[in-house]
Amino acid sequence: MTPSILALIVLALMVVGYILGRQRALSLAKRDGVRLHSLPGYYGQSVALFTAVPAFVLLGVWLFLQPVLIENQISATIPDSAIPEGGARSLVMADVRRIADGLDLVVEQGNISEDDLAVMRADISNVRSRLAEVGVALGSNVQPAVFEAAKSYRSIGKTASFWRNIAVLAAALGSGFLAWSRVRPAMRARNVSETFIRALLMASSFIAILTTFGIVASLLFETIHFFRIYPAKDFFFSTIWNPQFRGGSDLGILPLLWGTFYVSLVALLLAVPVGLMIAIYLAEYAGKSLRSFAKPAIEILAGIPTIVYGLFALITVGPFLRDWIAQPLGLGDSSSSVMTAGLVMGIMLIPFVSSLSDDIINAVPQSMRDGSYGLGATQSETIKKVIMPAALPGIVGAILLAASRAIGETMIVVMGAGAAARLDVNPFEAMTTVTVKIVSQLTGDTEFASPETLVAFALGLTLFVFTLGLNVLALYIVRKYREQYE
Amino acid sequence: MTDMTTASPAAVARNAGSLLEHGDRTRNRHASERRFRILGLIAVGFGILALVGLLTSILVNGVSSFRQTYVTLDVQLDEAKLDKTGNRNTEELRKVTTFVYAPLIEKALAQFIEERGIAVEGLTKKDVSGIISKEAPASLRSVVLADPSKIGGTVSFDVLTDGRIDGYYKGRVTMASAELDRNVSPAQLKLADALKDAGALNTRFNWDFLTAPDASDTRPEAAGLGVAILGSAYMMLIVLALSLPIGVAASIYLEEFAPSNRITDTIEVNIANLAAVPSIVFGILGLAVFINYAGLPQSAPVVGGLVLMLMTLPTIIIATRAALKAVPPSIREAALGIGASKMQTIFHHVLPLAAPGILTGTIIGLAQALGETAPLLLIGMVAFVREYPSAPPEGFFDPASALPVQVYNWTQRGDPAFVERASGAIIVLLIFLVIMNGLAILLRRRFERRW
Repeated sequence: MTPSILALIVLALMVVGYILGRQRALSLAKRDGVRLHSLPGYYGQSVALFTAVPAFVLLGVWLFLQPVLIENQISATIPDSAIPEGGARSLVMADVRRIADGLDLVVEQGNISEDDLAVMRADISNVRSRLAEVGVALGSNVQPAVFEAAKSYRSIGKTASFWRNIAVLAAALGSGFLAWSRVRPAMRARNVSETFIRALLMASSFIAILTTFGIVASLLFETIHFFRIYPAKDFFFSTIWNPQFRGGSDLGILPLLWGTFYVSLVALLLAVPVGLMIAIYLAEYAGKSLRSFAKPAIEILAGIPTIVYGLFALITVGPFLRDWIAQPLGLGDSSSSVMTAGLVMGIMLIPFVSSLSDDIINAVPQSMRDGSYGLGATQSETIKKVIMPAALPGIVGAILLAASRAIGETMIVVMGAGAAARLDVNPFEAMTTVTVKIVSQLTGDTEFASPETLVAFALGLTLFVFTLGLNVLALYIVRKYREQYE
Repeated sequence: MTDMTTASPAAVARNAGSLLEHGDRTRNRHASERRFRILGLIAVGFGILALVGLLTSILVNGVSSFRQTYVTLDVQLDEAKLDKTGNRNTEELRKVTTFVYAPLIEKALAQFIEERGIAVEGLTKKDVSGIISKEAPASLRSVVLADPSKIGGTVSFDVLTDGRIDGYYKGRVTMASAELDRNVSPAQLKLADALKDAGALNTRFNWDFLTAPDASDTRPEAAGLGVAILGSAYMMLIVLALSLPIGVAASIYLEEFAPSNRITDTIEVNIANLAAVPSIVFGILGLAVFINYAGLPQSAPVVGGLVLMLMTLPTIIIATRAALKAVPPSIREAALGIGASKMQTIFHHVLPLAAPGILTGTIIGLAQALGETAPLLLIGMVAFVREYPSAPPEGFFDPASALPVQVYNWTQRGDPAFVERASGAIIVLLIFLVIMNGLAILLRRRFERRW
């Protein structure tokens, strides 16, 4: 029984619980000739909730904990001798899991029965070719200890799933029955089910905290793992990024940070003046008709997926810059460059800067403008000398938010900036960023436990800290500013 | 006049002429006003130009992918080759590989050329069959497997042409570029022209682009978006099914019930920050938690859906809270006044009134999720998938692709024909986005009430 079928059964029980609970309330009230405290539906609802929710919570917790517990148990049974020289226990465990999955397939296709499998031994029969038949390719022959571990992994997994099904169904039936038997006409069924629903609503809002926790935990956990096998000093201060497939890589973050910084700088140099001028023009000068046309048009830019910008950089902007600027000036002949990615990212950020600044400029009180006009200032003088200084904190906040977007942007730089990690000042050279390297290190074929893969988590954590810092700072500035005029 | 020059220059300007004439300083100030205004206009123009340029570039490159060049041939399905036993057993028919079908098509093409007396200069037999796509035998095979009774007869079959021939009719390949191309020769293009004159070769609307699965590097002409559209649809279903109830529940709690204390503050800060976390970090989360820890399969829509759900949640929560806030307190007070409980007030009165706003926010959130690429790269959705995922719910666990990822995937291929395909896929993606956003705007216009 798979978890999804189990979930369907629990849902069915929930419906049954609703009907039974409602009926019991009605018949008891009729028998005793008393009035129900709540509407009959609430009695059904409370039974239904007590049937389904504990069962689902139990199922969720079980599904979450089962893999870890089984892993630990199996891992302990593998002798040290079964772990290859220089290898890690986690790698052997990965093999165990794959063999177990493969055996599931073998049994499923009817090539071998469960009983035969129980007596099958890796040193006698050829497990590898058996598994290859069902499409599970193994690098080497299976060691007996590993094979035994895989078999017990399967059997423990099976037993655990069996008990899981029993436990979940028992929880559903048990607490459902309890709730059903408590149904009396005098029971405050509405209050019970409303309290219950309120708890559910609260639990939903905790998903946000859970997500943040998940992000931080997964990043932190693997980063610590990374720093155990790769010195932190080299990661933060080395200027060489040169991952090797066979180990012995140089994984210095500085060239990546430089690339990220450079691309973002180009993007902001385009987006901030243009975005700001658009905001000023639309807020202060533009007539109603231009505003009603231009504002949505520019906001469309914000709704376009970044992959579209990436393709634009790749097929239009990159070749254009290369053929018309970089090559004639002798600055390089790569179509992916800091300039390509930066300009396209700048276009992406324009609506971001402009709509945030627009709000901020509109929030500046009209009295300040009137005062300035009254003194004889022209409109542009008013904007430059009065509105801008008043809106400055908010605009700084908007720029910081845009910067955080630029740093975290992935697809444009993956398709436009290139993959070469270098510290260079020529903007027409291909350079690379933190996000590009996260993608390339995690989509490669390297073993998961190697520093070349784990470095992506350290890069991710760096990125997370940077963007979070920028955001918190920006929100702080914007909030502080807002209070000024309210 | 001379002794007045000792006064400040500004005083001179001010006192020099009549009030009706502008002095130098005023003129300067007005010029600077005009410059500033023009600068603003240029900025607005640049923004709109960028939008137009972006869309035009994609459209110009991609529109041709919706048309495809085919050769219509009468292919003889030789029974002796396709079904030696003659009993039309499907199992046995399946064992016949595409290598058997390829000569049939080549024969049909050679026959056609011969019948029409088309002169082929300097072309070997291999060159002639080179104008046919390598995918053609496979599609002929599937036609036969779908209806074995056709064996022995002759079928009129639209054969895909090679990507270069197709490109010739779309202007991507020219005689001059064919000269330098190892994969196509000018003579082949001339042959194609001759076939076109004979009426066998035509370029028409390409439904396969929307329904066919991806194809390998050497067959750009056969590559389609079927698996990607299906995968994206599955993910959107998961995102909708999870993020709408969770998002609405969380918003109701935060907006209507939450006491103002530390915990509520923490939740609010968390939601605000999650909205700003780079999407790729969500990909790392998906890889670490859903794939490595929970052991869900790679490239599966279920993992993509869960990751996108977490990304969409803040958008939906923010929109829902705004919609709940917009319902006037008088509605709540009236309901409470006639004896409804707080929960009844919210579920029976406030929520239905806020529904249009919530739906609008949800659709916009879904549109964002549909275009998201980076997190999907990390959970393995870039893999080359040719098999359609099966029907839900099992299909949620089958490998699939997604629209934006398919675009990225195609840009990484060598053949320039894939650039056309990638742009075409973007057009499909943008059409979906336009429909979704249009729906959101329609909902807002139609149902949103202003109190």
